Amino acid sequence: MSVQLKVDDRDTGEVTQNVLGRDTERRDARQKVTGRATYAAEIRPEGLVHGALVRAPGMGRVELANRAEVEAMPGVLMVLSDARMIRNAAQGAAGEAPVQGVETAAYVGQPVALVVAESFEAAAHAARTLTVTCEGASNEIDPEKVEIAEDDTDETAQGDLEAALREARHEIDRTYTTPSMHSAAMEPHAALAEWDGARLTVRASLQMLRYNRAEIADCLGIDTENVRLLSPFVGGGFGSKLGISAEAVAAALAARELGRPVRVVQHRRSVFEVNTRRSETTQRIRLGADAEGRLDAIGHEALVSNLPEEDFSEPVLQGTHFAYAARNRLLVQRTARIHRPAAGSVRAPGEAVGITAFEIAMDELADEVGIDPVELRLANIPEKDPESDVPFSSHMLAETLHDGAARFGWADRPRAARQRREGEWWIGSGMAACFRVNMMMPAEARVRLTADGAIVETDMTDIGTGSYSILGQIAAEALGLTAEGVEVRLGDTDFPPGSGSGGSFGAASTGTAVWLACAEIRTALAGRMDCEPGELTLREGTVQCGNRSRPLAELLNGETLTGHGEVEPGKAEDKVRQATFGACFAEVAVSDVTGETRLRRMVGSFAAGRILNPRTARSQAQGGMIWGTGMALTEALLHDRRDGHVVNRDLAEYHLPVHADIPEMDIALLEESDPWAGPLHAKGIGELGICGSGAAVINAIHNACGVRVRDLPATPDRVLGGLS
Amino acid sequence: MRPFDFTRPDDLEGACAAGFTEGATFIGGGTNLIDLMKLEVMAPAHVVDVTRLGLDRIEDEGDGLNIGATVRNADLAADPRVRRRYPVLSRALLAGASGQLRNRATTAGNLLQRTRCPYFQDRDSACNKRTPGAGCAALGGEVRNHAILGTSEHCIALHPSDMAVAMRALDAEIEVRDPEGGMRSMDLDHFYRLPRDTPHIETRLEPGDLITSVRLPAPKGDRQIYRKVRDRASYAFALVSVAAVLRMEGGKIAHAAVAFGGIGTEPWRDIEVDAMLTGETPSDSLFDKAGEVLVQGADVQDGTAFKVPLVQRVLKDVLWRAVA
Repeated sequence: MSVQLKVDDRDTGEVTQNVLGRDTERRDARQKVTGRATYAAEIRPEGLVHGALVRAPGMGRVELANRAEVEAMPGVLMVLSDARMIRNAAQGAAGEAPVQGVETAAYVGQPVALVVAESFEAAAHAARTLTVTCEGASNEIDPEKVEIAEDDTDETAQGDLEAALREARHEIDRTYTTPSMHSAAMEPHAALAEWDGARLTVRASLQMLRYNRAEIADCLGIDTENVRLLSPFVGGGFGSKLGISAEAVAAALAARELGRPVRVVQHRRSVFEVNTRRSETTQRIRLGADAEGRLDAIGHEALVSNLPEEDFSEPVLQGTHFAYAARNRLLVQRTARIHRPAAGSVRAPGEAVGITAFEIAMDELADEVGIDPVELRLANIPEKDPESDVPFSSHMLAETLHDGAARFGWADRPRAARQRREGEWWIGSGMAACFRVNMMMPAEARVRLTADGAIVETDMTDIGTGSYSILGQIAAEALGLTAEGVEVRLGDTDFPPGSGSGGSFGAASTGTAVWLACAEIRTALAGRMDCEPGELTLREGTVQCGNRSRPLAELLNGETLTGHGEVEPGKAEDKVRQATFGACFAEVAVSDVTGETRLRRMVGSFAAGRILNPRTARSQAQGGMIWGTGMALTEALLHDRRDGHVVNRDLAEYHLPVHADIPEMDIALLEESDPWAGPLHAKGIGELGICGSGAAVINAIHNACGVRVRDLPATPDRVLGGLS
Repeated sequence: MRPFDFTRPDDLEGACAAGFTEGATFIGGGTNLIDLMKLEVMAPAHVVDVTRLGLDRIEDEGDGLNIGATVRNADLAADPRVRRRYPVLSRALLAGASGQLRNRATTAGNLLQRTRCPYFQDRDSACNKRTPGAGCAALGGEVRNHAILGTSEHCIALHPSDMAVAMRALDAEIEVRDPEGGMRSMDLDHFYRLPRDTPHIETRLEPGDLITSVRLPAPKGDRQIYRKVRDRASYAFALVSVAAVLRMEGGKIAHAAVAFGGIGTEPWRDIEVDAMLTGETPSDSLFDKAGEVLVQGADVQDGTAFKVPLVQRVLKDVLWRAVA
């Protein structure tokens, strides 16, 4: 039995128990801060041996020159170089093996072998001792230098952009660049593989187990049913753990051959190469507007890159499609096939970089037209989706703009650049709108109710986002329990397949599955009460129907009631445009001496449907705003110009923001309910904060000191160049 | 990491004897050495811990200070005598690394830390510092955190220390014990070696030499400033840093010692710059000229060109603050 829902239409129900939406502590918080949350690399079974990935120092055909010598080193058990190994992590939700085979290196840094030894140190040393030579490739690594295939070009056109630009009162034609970036999750990618006959168990650090299970089974050529994946705790993913990763496949192969459990933890330097980066982008943005700033022309052309055969192209234009109205539109996406490490999803793929560039262009347009940047956005909010003409499921951009502006004190900002100075520091303010598509993914969950409480089970992951807490709250809400009355078990493929974590869809998708599972239990209880499920009220261990009330324990009579919920996206996706909206406001100080930028304060106002838990939602929004700040000011993965290898592959040199970079952030989550988002009325919040916050910082730099940075990040040297 | 012997002697003699064996290296806090050993950029056969030798004291010495080799960076920065009389040193220390690293890192270890050049740290890239004669992958590569002064065609690696920059401006001296037990001291000015065609030899220490302390003479200037420019507000190496120690007399600069980080293959000091400031009345043109003299002959790459105007601006700013 199960309750299934295909989200085809608006939901008319109401949610009433008040457990949902309450600010509650994260269930896993204590476990994490006391070290009791065990991650993949922290399990040490009997007979454990250790693997280390070996890196290609070049591109082309791979020779392991001194293989025999390394195999003979003390403690070394094997040098594995297997055609089933993978060159980089799979793309998100692939559900099948990524490109396999390591006999050639497609990029510098690719894993080409695994060395397994009795100790971690012996494995690492042997891996470094293995002499790898690569020959026979002179692959292009510069996206500007390759021809783009027709298959790698995607164009959407409406009206006549060129003509509209010619006739526009105000025009902007600018090119922006963003560098490669990396998720840089705190927990390095790790796997522990163990076989029991034909059955494989892998403890891994992964985001989407239902797909990962199919991916690793496909890599190994075994049945999916014979694979069990366990990822109860994941130390950050941000997209880099969406797909099955190189160390998991290699660990499984080695474990099979050795008949012992094999653990492989990627070195931090390997994490930056083997797991997908965010593609660099070059974005030409052309805007045409009338005297009041109303857009009549939007051109957005993006060049991104990926390795050949990778089925992913950073969807830079994803937000531009629906952000603003304009009759004449040209959106062009090109993917250069080059041999830098593979590109893939990194938090908010698409809008993170696309909206950032677009919102800088909007700031430039506001300057050109001579109107307030907030007014410019307000003047261009579309009535309906500008391309498909369907209505929005809900749209609160205007509200977030007003709310954010009021919180920030936008009215008091300096109107023009170089107006406010404190000592050597130019002070300025900037803003940007935030846009992010909303997605739902298929998800299943099981809920079991006894007199002692409920147990929720799904292979959904909690990558630090709060899945444990929210899914528990949803079940508590539906079954009239306290949050403590619900146990939540995640990250195990023996449980029903959840959505996994990614694309901000986790809470709404898997949460809906939990809600539906509870609905099945409610129906069963209503049957026992001899009433309709709609008449049923569950509260604190009592079941009520009209004026009849019975203790839950009595009604259950020692039995367990099980519900199975299953949700999948349906026709709602075609009937409405679903997205989340927000506004970010930033104040920065820019040193007139050094070009250093310091963020002084930031305000974010967001609308993402129903907020399930304000604490975890706020944390997500804040994380996004910090990430946006990093994108604006410090983060860049540098590729060597000769062979494309990642030069700064550690956390000392890949500059994520540190505490000292981030001031207090004021975050508002506006009250909203989106009935097209399923029975919870909740949309994704995880990625919205990053989709515009960086532009607010860049725009604030311009307002502060008059320097317009179009090549991110705005490091001191880039700002300095524009200071007198 | 390669297997290695580890000893932790509790007397100087034993430490120096152990340090004189083939392939031995001393370890203080290990914040740099251990990282490089994990990468096998450094692979000592024998690691000799010097933190039990009683070299962890800061002592008055006349009007100066004698700082033990294993005094932790955090302790040195917090010492009231340092904060009062050598604030430039305290500031420089606190501008470096992170709280956790400063709790471990030692005075001598800081002086001896290796470059952050990414090609030096990458065993798959050519590096003359790592393997003499192998070539330099940084040249023609991604250059930003690299030197513009003191470079050679064989190496443009930057010395990353903040602490050592302040010590140069303070005319520090290094006390060294040789394997035979002889003690000698050398100016910090003569401690480092320019890369020339031997970038793998970074200092004038001989095998088995152990730094026992750093001596600071009485401060020659009461106006002390350390300013560091970096890519983020903390935990980043200097793009450019300036340490200035000045004394004013009757509106003129009576003593000027200015040292620089982020631009040199060693913690940089240019006696010409100091000389042209000394005895002069502060002015924009004087400070501009000092900036011009500083970068004469600078070896600028694509990625380091910005350091020339940046160091000039910071120098001018620091000098004006110092004389104010």
